[in-house]
Amino acid sequence: MAITFNIPGPLREHTGGRSHVDIEPGAATVAEALAALCREHPGLRDRILNERGEVREHVNIFVGEESIRYCGGCSAPVKDGAAITLVPAVSGGRMS
Amino acid sequence: METTTFINPKKGTAVLLVGTMKGAFLLSSDANREQWAVSGPHFPGRIVYSLAYDRRGGRQRLWAGSSNFFGIMLHSSDDFGRTWTNPESSPIKFPEDTGQALKQIWQIAVGREQEPDKMYCGVEPAALFESNDAGQTWSLDRGLFNHPHRPQWQPGGGGLCLHTIILDPNNTKRTLVAVSAAGVYRTDNGGDSWQARNQGLTAEFLPNKYPEFGQCVHKIDRHPSRPERLYLQNHGGLFRSDDAGDSWQDIANGVPSDFGFSMVAHPRDPDTAYIFPLDREMRSGPDAKVRVYRTRNAGASWEPLCTGMPQHNVYETVLRDGMATDALDPVGIYFGTRSGKLYGSRDEGENWRPILDGVPAITCVKAVTV
Repeated sequence: MAITFNIPGPLREHTGGRSHVDIEPGAATVAEALAALCREHPGLRDRILNERGEVREHVNIFVGEESIRYCGGCSAPVKDGAAITLVPAVSGGRMS
Repeated sequence: METTTFINPKKGTAVLLVGTMKGAFLLSSDANREQWAVSGPHFPGRIVYSLAYDRRGGRQRLWAGSSNFFGIMLHSSDDFGRTWTNPESSPIKFPEDTGQALKQIWQIAVGREQEPDKMYCGVEPAALFESNDAGQTWSLDRGLFNHPHRPQWQPGGGGLCLHTIILDPNNTKRTLVAVSAAGVYRTDNGGDSWQARNQGLTAEFLPNKYPEFGQCVHKIDRHPSRPERLYLQNHGGLFRSDDAGDSWQDIANGVPSDFGFSMVAHPRDPDTAYIFPLDREMRSGPDAKVRVYRTRNAGASWEPLCTGMPQHNVYETVLRDGMATDALDPVGIYFGTRSGKLYGSRDEGENWRPILDGVPAITCVKAVTV
């Protein structure tokens, strides 16, 4: 079964307008799944990851309902059929 | 504020590029600078700290640095904002071996007239990037990045950022940059090596008030026809250099506060410069007034300019790139505030009027003649 990425609105110009993107099964980790996603839609890479390969500070990634911040980061395991959701963090309101 | 889809400036008129915390606005004037057409927001919701205009080689190219949750991007437009590039991949990246990641583009500087494909960007974390192909590809200036002082540089309130790039128009090997809070650095060999140029600049927040480096320089501007003359707004202190930064003299004579962010040199008269002094605690105009200060004698004295601006119970802040002059005659001066107001004067600062109100917090204002 394919792994499905849920794409937030601001990133859909890099997926041809699609809100859901399926990648081939077989990715064992979030990192592998992201690499497959970004091979298909290269404009996503720099929007999700910085040049050190880290998930951007204000981007959250959920596998199912679990935030990867608390289950291994990009090493978090992924199973075929999983839904991975990219979400801009709820981190507004800071006075700067 | 009425906005149009795009502006269509006529040759010889002023165009204002206004960056905000929620996008950019472009303003095009009539011949008298009375009426302004406004387009925007461009990049809605994105922070725009840096804007520039490149007219070299017959171009009419706008540049913008923007950021949001999904990263930092450099955009360009050849049609005054009708369309903008949105590159698939960020053209400005720290090389892997540096261990750094780009946080913000603070400054975009187009190169000298005689180098029409050269461009520079100042970024956070503090570094200088250079392009030799009109902004298509960029490389890190290793001379500055590997400077032995760098490990001791401390971030200012806005982060550790390289926010000012001053190119000597006659000497292609000489460039000066300012970093908060590291101070002024200059190269005389095209970026291979850099030397601190902070002699006479204060660092009032350090035990040693005159260190070799560590000053929190807020902004520098250079006089166009006399490139060795520089004006500097420090984190505490106003300074002038007449030797391209080799030494600095205190020129905070008769100002209500020597704190502020912006500093703008007059485009023709090397003895004239403009500042927007700020109260140190409030970070707004002293005495709750909106006043620009001008010197016409290279800093020997300063005079307030406030006709047409509110003078009672107003608390406006102008950031380091929030003030600009055009090159028309008489000179137009413009500044934007953190409360989203843009003021302008078309008679060298004698009279002012609001141009924009109600836009997001203004981070930068650039004035160009097309």
